[in-house]
Amino acid sequence: MTRYIARRVLLAAVVVLLVTVVTFVLLHLLPGGPARGALGVKATTEQIAAFNAAQGLDRPLPVQYWRYLSRLLTGDLGRSYTLNSPVSTLLAERLPRTLLLTAGSTLLAVLVALPLGVWQAVHRGSALDHLATACAFLLYATPVFFLSLILIIVFAQALPVFPAQAAQGDSLGELLAQPGSLVLPLLAGGAATLAAFSRYMRAATLDNLTEDYVRTARARGTREREILWRHVWPNSLTSVVAMLGYYVPVIFGGALVVESMFNYPGIGLLFWSSARNADFPVLLGVVLVIGVATVAGALLADLAQLAIDPRVRVPARQARAGATA
Amino acid sequence: MSVVGPLLTAPPEPAEAPPSSTVLARFRADRPAVAGALVLLLAALGCWLGPLLYHTDQVHTALWLARLSPGAGHPLGTDDLGYDVLGRLLAAGRTSLLIGVLAGLLGTAIGAVWGALAGCAGGWVDTVLMRVVDTGVAVPALFLLLVAATLVTPSVGVLAVLIGCVSWLVPARLMRAETVTLRERDYVRAISVIGAGPLRVAFRHILPNAIGTLLVNVTFQIADAILLVSYVSFLGLGVPAPTTDWGAMLSKGLTYTYDGAWWLILPPGIAIVVVVCAVNFVGDGLRAAFAARGPR
Repeated sequence: MTRYIARRVLLAAVVVLLVTVVTFVLLHLLPGGPARGALGVKATTEQIAAFNAAQGLDRPLPVQYWRYLSRLLTGDLGRSYTLNSPVSTLLAERLPRTLLLTAGSTLLAVLVALPLGVWQAVHRGSALDHLATACAFLLYATPVFFLSLILIIVFAQALPVFPAQAAQGDSLGELLAQPGSLVLPLLAGGAATLAAFSRYMRAATLDNLTEDYVRTARARGTREREILWRHVWPNSLTSVVAMLGYYVPVIFGGALVVESMFNYPGIGLLFWSSARNADFPVLLGVVLVIGVATVAGALLADLAQLAIDPRVRVPARQARAGATA
Repeated sequence: MSVVGPLLTAPPEPAEAPPSSTVLARFRADRPAVAGALVLLLAALGCWLGPLLYHTDQVHTALWLARLSPGAGHPLGTDDLGYDVLGRLLAAGRTSLLIGVLAGLLGTAIGAVWGALAGCAGGWVDTVLMRVVDTGVAVPALFLLLVAATLVTPSVGVLAVLIGCVSWLVPARLMRAETVTLRERDYVRAISVIGAGPLRVAFRHILPNAIGTLLVNVTFQIADAILLVSYVSFLGLGVPAPTTDWGAMLSKGLTYTYDGAWWLILPPGIAIVVVVCAVNFVGDGLRAAFAARGPR
């Protein structure tokens, strides 16, 4: 098992390295190169040459990549063209706020979706199951910005219950001090996750309900409630928890849109305004951070599944031998 | 006896479809899938043939007609530049649907070839190809698309290619899994024993037999592509005016949220939801129809 963990961690490190290659290549695809981006369109050729020499942009690409990588390891992600601040400072300010939004909305979505999925599986075919399924399909197909718009129109305009804009605080404390302003962003961010995970949980529970061990437990006289919550629920949970790790890119993509819609001061909003200003160091810094977060999420999901699902720990050979013995 | 009892031992999928031997017959028996297909047909006919019956000028602005609410002459009102909203909805639909279909097809084509080659070759080629896929999955598609859209001048074709290039990852993984399964089939083993190389096995035997999975995947890729293009256009980096698509219409409508101009917001949004839902229903129907074939 230690070999499995070591191999997974090594693979994760390789993928992170490849993500840095991708950001490095994108940085060098800029029209005119980073020099024109930093110095502006009126820069003369001599100025560009001097900038390139000073930044080491005239060295061969592998050398440049090595220097880029060593700068990354010291935490230097470059400097923003438009915001006059190191990219790492900008990210460090805004990442906690985005994490509050993404972690909060995912947690809420999962807390509702998992029991809902189990309930739907147990009452499969009922009118409420069909209604919940229809809602899930609709939420899948709704772009997050349209959902946010509807939420704003209904809850901030027609019935002024919640503010349409998130609190513009600098610290997490200021954001949390106005919990009402967090409700609509959390709802908008979590809706798609809720739809997806209720479907996954429903499918996983249905799969488990047809397994032999459930039939055996019923034959032995175990109460249905105990079968459901002591046996079926943990088994369904493991496969769904693994999905969470792979959902990290989707969650961040949704955060991008939610932050722009509600003016929430996180990385998503930073990314969007930098995209409109062609501020490439910031753009690529964000891409890198999210890439690392995704790989870490997938790794954690695999390790979590290893920890809670004993079936994964048994090597295939032993499992087959055990079945025939 | 509680209500849970019989449900615990029942088979997972209700046997609603009559036993039929063809995929098409099973698809036709699935009502949501047929409804979805009809909605898509209507949408395509409306967007391409509709303007022939309902003429509006979608190129020249008419500022004296700006922001009229729905009424005589303009069933869905006009937008801030005086364009008729219904006509604009149809024109935008052409762009969204075209980019969605092209990008979906491109993404699945690239992914299928990539996955089939990885599955057939095996060994280090397989590992390298799949690590590239893992790297691509690590970065959210929307972020990559936005960076790419700032580097190039977007047009319908360019956007379709960009979206296709970020959506080939999932089909690649699916195709590799399918290939690894199909590789163990007797007929593929026999072909390899005779001496066929991985390329021939992949293109001549595995890909044609995976057509079910590919077809299902194409529909879901089209749905995702329509959503992605609406996101990119909404964020301002889509097709330039006067060409428009549903996301761009919504982004315009956003400015007038507080003025009560609901006809600028609801029609394009509902259009996206209805079309993407329809494509998802068709995809689910296809998946059920192909799955009932059993192991090949």
